[in-house]
Amino acid sequence: MTKLTLSRGLNEGLRKALENDPKVLIMGEDVGKLGGVFRVTDGLQKDFGEARVVDTPLAESGIVGTAIGLALRGYRPVCEIQFDGFVFPAYDQIVSQLAKMRYRSRGQVALPVVIRIPYGGGIGAVEHHSESPEALFAHIPGLRVVACADAADAFTMIQQSVSCDDPVIFFEPKRRYWDKAEVEVAGGVADALPFDRARVAVEGTEVTLLAYGSVMRTAVEAAAAAREDGRSIEVVDLRSLSPLDIDTITASVRKTGRCVVAHEAPVFAGLGAEIAAQVTERCFYHLEAPVLRVGGFAIPYPPSRLEDHYLPDLDRILDAVDRSFGY
Amino acid sequence: MTVETGIATTELIQLLTPEGERVDHPDYPLDLTTDDIKALYRDLVLVRRIDTEAIALQRQGELGIWASLLGQEAAQIGSGRALNPGDMVFPTYREHGVAWCRGIDPVKLLELYRGVSHGGWAPEEYKFHLYTIVIGAQTLHATGYAMGIQRDGRETDEAVIVYFGDGATSQGDVNEAFVWAPVFNAPIVFFCQNNQWAISEPLEKQSRIPLYQRARGFGFPGLRVDGNDVLACYAVTRKAMQAAREGQGPTLIEAFTYRMGAHTTTDDPTRYRLASELEVWKLKDPIERVRAYLVRNGLAEQEFFAEVDAEAKQVGARVREACRTMPDPPPMALFDHVYAEPTALLTEQREEYAAYLDSFEGEAVR
Repeated sequence: MTKLTLSRGLNEGLRKALENDPKVLIMGEDVGKLGGVFRVTDGLQKDFGEARVVDTPLAESGIVGTAIGLALRGYRPVCEIQFDGFVFPAYDQIVSQLAKMRYRSRGQVALPVVIRIPYGGGIGAVEHHSESPEALFAHIPGLRVVACADAADAFTMIQQSVSCDDPVIFFEPKRRYWDKAEVEVAGGVADALPFDRARVAVEGTEVTLLAYGSVMRTAVEAAAAAREDGRSIEVVDLRSLSPLDIDTITASVRKTGRCVVAHEAPVFAGLGAEIAAQVTERCFYHLEAPVLRVGGFAIPYPPSRLEDHYLPDLDRILDAVDRSFGY
Repeated sequence: MTVETGIATTELIQLLTPEGERVDHPDYPLDLTTDDIKALYRDLVLVRRIDTEAIALQRQGELGIWASLLGQEAAQIGSGRALNPGDMVFPTYREHGVAWCRGIDPVKLLELYRGVSHGGWAPEEYKFHLYTIVIGAQTLHATGYAMGIQRDGRETDEAVIVYFGDGATSQGDVNEAFVWAPVFNAPIVFFCQNNQWAISEPLEKQSRIPLYQRARGFGFPGLRVDGNDVLACYAVTRKAMQAAREGQGPTLIEAFTYRMGAHTTTDDPTRYRLASELEVWKLKDPIERVRAYLVRNGLAEQEFFAEVDAEAKQVGARVREACRTMPDPPPMALFDHVYAEPTALLTEQREEYAAYLDSFEGEAVR
């Protein structure tokens, strides 16, 4: 085991993917010499060459559109979108082309393309650098949407995403890039938890707290704080946002009888809304309280001096947990 | 005709005049035999017949919609026949003539317009990608595919041709592809059929300069060819594809042509353009000039033309019959091929919907 930052975990995972399959490519803005603005691809161009780690023109639709063409030719491109707020020029290619090609071709064409998106706030950035657009992708049939929360998952999930034959939107929690965790770099991913499965991160009995990506650390901290007050929170890391591992979610909620969902994105029509609906449909007679959501307000991402009010922090999560006991 | 009048005629590459007269061009010697030209004539007539048939099928309610290629046969057949078997094609939704050249059964094209599939052929088998309806999106796919050819070390053998229209040149994706292809020196030909109209909008709404001149600003050559001249379209495409295979990077070909029909069968061109314009272009018909050339030079007897017409009739009848008897897909096909493996959600929805359909007693609905 090696202690790695989340960003380094991704880097090592991408390195493995490049080593294991000559068809794997990395493409994006500044991914070569610079190693990406977050250094996730640091050193990869030096080791694998410019044909496989491609500095592209500054055009997101072009990155995804040409990645589709490369995938049609048999390659497995991993695209980097530099920041969450810059994915929208590529949204048409992702939604209208990437997501639909398998269906349109009646299964004759697969597009194994991964789109990595550093997402979320908490780093004091200017606008368009702190957004959480995951629901906009989870709504699209044909896409897989995942979010890693720590270095170990970063390392395995990026490799699983690259070897997946479906297009994958891979959300990276940018404020956690520097968080360290133990990673088994030497091993393969064959025995790892499949990337479309949720994981119980903290076992508990009284309330289920669902989170993913950047909010996971906060959720685990919230569970620890609640434990000191004698309250038992079970934290589930969703990991896959589409498809949802609904069996793991409902198993937990049937046990605890309460459910809180936390994410950075606005709660209106967010992932939490879908989860609340499904949990209600499937666990109605087990619920002691309505499914509650904690997340961004129904506003554009605020200026960074206000982002601490916007992001669901430990206290807001515990407040929601408290409220779920009020029914 | 305001667009055309500003252009010096020397800019237009032409090997066969509208009157059927062969003219030489120093850069484009023609390597076609008389039999080759007769084969091109046959292609032109057959694809026009298929197109006519499809329009009729739409009028009869057999197709939901049809995008006619009327007037653009030479651009499509000329370029399509200029390709090597290993070259890859990325079409719009109007490239029925190119599809014909790639050996795709016209009935497959009708599937899309009848609403029974989104495109039923295997792209790699025919080296012809699925039709793309989002304007210009395929130019990026084509560019990426060409980058893949380079990575495979196949760039001396294979190249890519991507089709799009005059309206598409305003799209961001097309401009991004114009940036990308020369930067990576990708083996690709951008084949723009300028048919003068993007539904109701004339070229003046898209560009202040001739479209082929756009290429220069992106750093690669552009040229304009008489899009109603099948020989010229063949020659310029052949040369541009060969240049791509020789490592000279992309070329933009602007095939100057005319959409003689409506944008699609739902469109009504009488609302936005004059009938006199069509009359002018009828004199430049892509088929008539080849016929005139063959007749004038004694290269084909009346028997040949009669045979082609008879074959066209047969193809038309076959397409008509196949369209009318084309079955709808079974409802459960709704849930197929969203992902490599069905997700739990899809399996659940499929089962629930099957049970719902089965709840209608005595009616076999699936």
